[in-house]
Amino acid sequence: MPRVAFTRNLQRHVACPPCAVTGATVRESLEGVFTLYPKLRGYVLDEHGALRFHMAVFVDGVPVTDRRELSDAVPEASEIFVMQALSGG
Amino acid sequence: MSDQLLVSTRKGLFSARRQGKGNWALEDVFFLGDNVSLTLHDSRDGAWYAALDHGHFGAKLHRSRDRGATWEEIGVPAYPTPPEGHVEKDFLGREIPWRLIRFWCLAPGSAAQPGLLWAGTLPGGLFWSEDSGDTWQMVESLWNMPDRRKWMGGGADAPGIHSICVDPRDSNRVAIAVSSGGVWITPDRGQTWTAHTAGMRADYAPPELVYAPESQDPHRMVQCPGAPDTWWVQHHNGIFRSTDNAMSWTEIVDVKPSVFGFPVVVHPKDPDTAWFVPAIKDERRIPVEGRVVVNRTRDGGRTFETLHRGLPQGWAYDLVYRHALALDATGERLAFGSTTGSVWISENSGDDWLTLAEHLPPVHAVIFA
Repeated sequence: MPRVAFTRNLQRHVACPPCAVTGATVRESLEGVFTLYPKLRGYVLDEHGALRFHMAVFVDGVPVTDRRELSDAVPEASEIFVMQALSGG
Repeated sequence: MSDQLLVSTRKGLFSARRQGKGNWALEDVFFLGDNVSLTLHDSRDGAWYAALDHGHFGAKLHRSRDRGATWEEIGVPAYPTPPEGHVEKDFLGREIPWRLIRFWCLAPGSAAQPGLLWAGTLPGGLFWSEDSGDTWQMVESLWNMPDRRKWMGGGADAPGIHSICVDPRDSNRVAIAVSSGGVWITPDRGQTWTAHTAGMRADYAPPELVYAPESQDPHRMVQCPGAPDTWWVQHHNGIFRSTDNAMSWTEIVDVKPSVFGFPVVVHPKDPDTAWFVPAIKDERRIPVEGRVVVNRTRDGGRTFETLHRGLPQGWAYDLVYRHALALDATGERLAFGSTTGSVWISENSGDDWLTLAEHLPPVHAVIFA
């Protein structure tokens, strides 16, 4: 069961405690979190479901490659970490 | 007469209140640390709306029904999904994303349309909400208008709608102003649109395009509520006025110290009285000679008074953005805020100014609430 955690910077704006979800891809895993915390979706994804330009998602320390469809596979017991890209210095 | 001022800044929404004659003080801050693009006070039901631009996390909208005591996050507009493979480019070949970047204008509908709000956004979107901002619908006729693709960034990388005027005589007639892309009016609540830039001039454009609607860069547009045939525009190229319901515009020239600037406000009843904050044009964008002044006309632009009592008259480099000058409903109280965090208030139509703040974050917008 993948575990998903979020940057503290995001927790300042919207509820998103670490949680365990079911999902074989990044999309499925995040959708599991959004079911629990619907407001969170718009902070991580844009209106078309793609990862926001200044957001980053890591699966076991590796940045996802498919930022639009979020199809990267998520092995069982993975750690998914959602943070802001450090753009702008 | 309003005793409260809301100041939207790069690092929070600040509230100031009048303590007595000539005495205002900051008293509260909301969203401290967050980028607040602008705020709306809806006089129909008293609600406040604060548009936030979180950058990484996107644009958000919050509403308060108790004057800031509590806030709730509400809906935001969504752009349509572009056709597969579609990459839209502006007039200069730069990519325009089909996604919400930022709120750039919020306006209430008429008194007969409770709950109706309009939002202008970057990039070039117009939306309405019929439920006080809980859900939003794009005005697709404008987004799909071929001429919309001639708009360009001006004030931001992408074109944006910063002024929305709902006609007080006919709430289906709505005008928008675009930086950069002219003035557009719908007579039928968004079904059809026509350009209304006759008389406007953009001497920064290539010669063939000086009078083209899409070349016009109105920085801010206002319609006189009590005399709605009269409109004012602070344009990149200068000041323009219409007395025929925006069917044509007359350029106001020879305005000292400068005809350039961003904001304009018009008196609620007297269409000949309007205020501007002049600055050196695009080469520098600072006050002329380091002196912060406000220009006021009371005769429809034939003459201007340059008001300066109480404002810094040397070594001051405050720039005032298009939404950062406000007038209250009586036309007596004014306020403006600057990019260097100063805010000034006048209680006598601009004759005298008092300093509310000098060290706030950069000010995006001010409103009386």
